Amino acid sequence: MATVLETVGLEKRFGGITATSNVSLKIEKGARHALIGPNGAGKTTLINLVTGVLQPTAGQILLEGQDITRLQSYQRVHLGMARTFQINQLFPDMTPVEAIGLAVSERLGLGGDWWRLAGTRPGVVDDVVDLIDRFHLADVRDERTATLPYGKQRLLEIALAIACRPRVLLLDEPAAGVPEGERRDILAAIAALPKDVTVLLIEHDMDLVFTFADRISVLVNGALFADGLPREISRDPRVKAVYLGESLDA
Amino acid sequence: MIDAGAGTAAAPRADVGHGFAARGHWRPPEIAFWLAVLATVFLVPSWHLILNDVAILGLFALSLDLLIGYAGIISLGHAAYFGFGAYVAGLLAKYWIADPVIGLIVAGSAAALLGFVTSFLVLRGSDLTRLMVTLGVALVLREIANQLGWLTGGADGLQGINMGPILGLFDFDIAGLVAYVYSLIVLFFLFVLARRIVRSTFGLSLRSVKDNPMRASAIGIRINARLVAIYTVAAAYAGVAGALLTQTTSFASLDVLSFDRSADLLLVLLIGGPGYLYGGLIGAIVFKLMQDWLANLTPQYWQFWIGLVLVLLVVIGRERMFGWTLPVRAYLERLGARIWPDRPAPARKQ
Repeated sequence: MATVLETVGLEKRFGGITATSNVSLKIEKGARHALIGPNGAGKTTLINLVTGVLQPTAGQILLEGQDITRLQSYQRVHLGMARTFQINQLFPDMTPVEAIGLAVSERLGLGGDWWRLAGTRPGVVDDVVDLIDRFHLADVRDERTATLPYGKQRLLEIALAIACRPRVLLLDEPAAGVPEGERRDILAAIAALPKDVTVLLIEHDMDLVFTFADRISVLVNGALFADGLPREISRDPRVKAVYLGESLDA
Repeated sequence: MIDAGAGTAAAPRADVGHGFAARGHWRPPEIAFWLAVLATVFLVPSWHLILNDVAILGLFALSLDLLIGYAGIISLGHAAYFGFGAYVAGLLAKYWIADPVIGLIVAGSAAALLGFVTSFLVLRGSDLTRLMVTLGVALVLREIANQLGWLTGGADGLQGINMGPILGLFDFDIAGLVAYVYSLIVLFFLFVLARRIVRSTFGLSLRSVKDNPMRASAIGIRINARLVAIYTVAAAYAGVAGALLTQTTSFASLDVLSFDRSADLLLVLLIGGPGYLYGGLIGAIVFKLMQDWLANLTPQYWQFWIGLVLVLLVVIGRERMFGWTLPVRAYLERLGARIWPDRPAPARKQ
């Protein structure tokens, strides 16, 4: 299978601390690739490097063979890469309809249109309605985002990324902090992602990782520690040692 | 509008589409506001001179609202563009073309150009850096105007401006009627344009940048380009306001570039409230009338009262201060919904 996303010897140092250490990772097209590791292993730093929030100290990032190491975040989005954030990064004063409408409009290249009313160009409303329905946001679609229940905000977090219609999607702990009753919607939304979208998932929840992922990489102290199929990883004694006390058998 | 069945309700396509389109509708309170403004032309001729000042200040504050209320850019030197427009309009009229409309267009364009060039300085860094840079740009410009005495008249101001009639038809009169109507028309035209801009996709993207820049770039928005664009537009608006002042008073002095003017402007916007376009206009009305009234009452201490009002505004909060108007506003909206049944109630904002 073709490699869609690749990091080559990626390195990030903050002063004396090495947050990412020589990470070379290949993500196959259509993969459901999970990135796990103990707290502080540098998972989010790695995502931030890949999406352009941080600049690496050394190394390269390739998207579909193209070197994107020096590109800014927004440029990577235009090349088909989108992400969600571990801590919600939403637009508190906007409604779900507005936020999704904006993301869809930006994807269609309408963001610079200063004359026509937002959301009135053909194609935008259809996409917005589709996403609102898929992510169970219909009942809160005209409410301010800041007032939404956490579970709904989490769904909106993912919906905004999907609105960019990415070919590569990076999910940073999508189910983190979601109360049990609302988890089902999130998991269903992730499971329903189109098959041709390549997904890189950071997650602490091993249930989710092992039901969802077809490949797992383990990050420890900023470096790639293990990489393989879920059953290989779950049996790897070294990984078990790292996760001492946590069950990988689920 | 809101379905009860959590999670399962489907969003009707027509409703969502209608919701987007409804954002452009003029709401009854807006129409009432502009009708009241229009009425002042006929009902209070003796106030036209001060109302002209109000209209110009309102336009200037509208320009700052585009920055603060919609893009989250705080400026302490917005008078730079106001003053630049004022001098360009004055010099143009004095040496080349006395036609006011051409003067407005030239002054607005010149201020836009200055805004575009300086935006690259202003957009770097945090709010504090922005405050310093905007302040610096205004101070530098003021000193330049001061030093170029042969051109600008320096501390004496730019004198000897003879404005031509508007469109070759309407001469500025001593009572200020033509000036006021002229300023109002320009204000209304630019207000409608600003209203259009903030409700466009571009305007929505500005709000997203203000709300959460990290997420804005994560959905593909090139933040700096958007901020440069709105900064340029806001500078043009300020330039036109400055040009209006020069044209309607036939005079421009260093005062148009002063720090006081930038600071007063922030006050005006704070009084009216940023982020809904009318704040600058309402703030201008309150500020000018208060200034006029207090200056008559206690000529030397009027700034004390302005300061007191400012502190009260911040301490008590605008919501609590004007909370008593909520039932009135709600009633007006219900009334509006009855008169214009095809217009859905605006999205609930808190």
